[in-house]
Amino acid sequence: MADAADKTNGSAGGGAVPKPDPPGYFEGESMSRRKALTVAGQAVGGLAGAIIVLPAVGFAVAPIFDKPEERWESVGPVSRFTEKTYTPVVFTLVEGIGEAGKTTAYVRKAIPDPPFNETQSYEPYVAISTRCAHLGCPVRFVEAANNFICPCHGGVYDFQGKVIGGPPVRPLDHFQTRVRNGEVQVGPRYSVTSQLDPVRARDPGEFTGGVWNVIYPPRPDTFPAP
Amino acid sequence: MKLPVPKVLTKPQAPGAEGNGAGPAVKEAPADLVGWLDERTGGATFLTGMLYRKVPKGTNWFYTLGSATLFAFTVQAVTGVFLAMFYTPSATQAYSSISHLTNDVFLGEFVRGMHKWGASLMIILIFLHMARTFVFGAYKYPRELNWVIGVVLLILTMIMGFTGYLLPFDQRSFWATTVGNNINGTGPFIGPYLADFLYGGPEFGATTLSRFYAIHMLIVPGLIIALIGAHLFLVVKLGTTAPPWLQPKRSRGTVVKEEQV
Repeated sequence: MADAADKTNGSAGGGAVPKPDPPGYFEGESMSRRKALTVAGQAVGGLAGAIIVLPAVGFAVAPIFDKPEERWESVGPVSRFTEKTYTPVVFTLVEGIGEAGKTTAYVRKAIPDPPFNETQSYEPYVAISTRCAHLGCPVRFVEAANNFICPCHGGVYDFQGKVIGGPPVRPLDHFQTRVRNGEVQVGPRYSVTSQLDPVRARDPGEFTGGVWNVIYPPRPDTFPAP
Repeated sequence: MKLPVPKVLTKPQAPGAEGNGAGPAVKEAPADLVGWLDERTGGATFLTGMLYRKVPKGTNWFYTLGSATLFAFTVQAVTGVFLAMFYTPSATQAYSSISHLTNDVFLGEFVRGMHKWGASLMIILIFLHMARTFVFGAYKYPRELNWVIGVVLLILTMIMGFTGYLLPFDQRSFWATTVGNNINGTGPFIGPYLADFLYGGPEFGATTLSRFYAIHMLIVPGLIIALIGAHLFLVVKLGTTAPPWLQPKRSRGTVVKEEQV
């Protein structure tokens, strides 16, 4: 852009009145030495700045793309859990930060949907995360009401974790479960749609299902839904 | 004992009040420390220009709210530096370092209290200062840029409040930060990544606290200091406005064109 302007200034070009060359231009030059050195100086300065700033920004942003190690933790023998009610279990979600890295999940035996088909795949145990789907406060299971209730803003979920009241935007998250050596293990978190179909883990407050899966895109540091 | 005011710091003469009208003669630098510094920096000239600048008639106590905010920020900066001497930004040690600082360290509770209450005070003073500027119409031409800088300073102060809230690392801090980060996550498209950036991962993790600590005591204070510099530069350069109830002085010859509606 600037070069083009310099060219029309520098040589007579197609104009009717030949313009005098600006000082510093030699015959046939499209750019003066001063201009070339200014541009080169700014380019080198910009490059030096980018070399410093880009790695620093990358360093701060990198954890978004960091895939954590898949982590499974035993939470008790299979005999500990029933279909009728939830058993709270405490396990470590993030290592190395003590109490802050622990979380509570409510675990029960799953009831397969009738008609039951032997080949139908389902998690034999359901582990419901206590992280409220509104803004992440810890919900508790109230046995008398058979509901999950959040203390912060009054979110209420039914026995399956579906929203039946308050501000939450989707059912409670689940953790993957498996049975090893007679012990129930809980693994990575996943979110569910309002029909309880699994999707990749979302943060609280984010809708799931349909177009919402695009508006709140899945993040690379979460695990694929089972 | 009355200390003599250095010559360079006294009020400058009005132009034409002294001499032959040919401007001041070559200045004789006084042989004291202030004179020595002034000869090499021109700082005294700058200071007299700033301290003796003209202010409009009607300037009143409301005009001190900006200085009060600056004072609150200074208190936060000073107490924050001393709190940092005892604080450990680690998820397993932060709470115990805070309770050690509050309960065992000499005057620790006082310094922490100043920082904690000063934070609320600073937010209140900013809003009062902002209200003064708005009600007096002091945001109008040519001071719009200073209003914009002020708004950025307000947002940065809010970020200070948000990041500082986590640092004591008690239940209230932890859950307030959880809720705050999740509110960030509800923004469409970039929200989830913003929440990840604040957490430093998908959940509250090992680096979340150090991230908030770095933002709270390195990144944002630096930005605030730089922008306060720009804010004050513009105040000195553009001057302050008279209160709106003071009409401009009109002599008999002044032609006033009233807007016809």
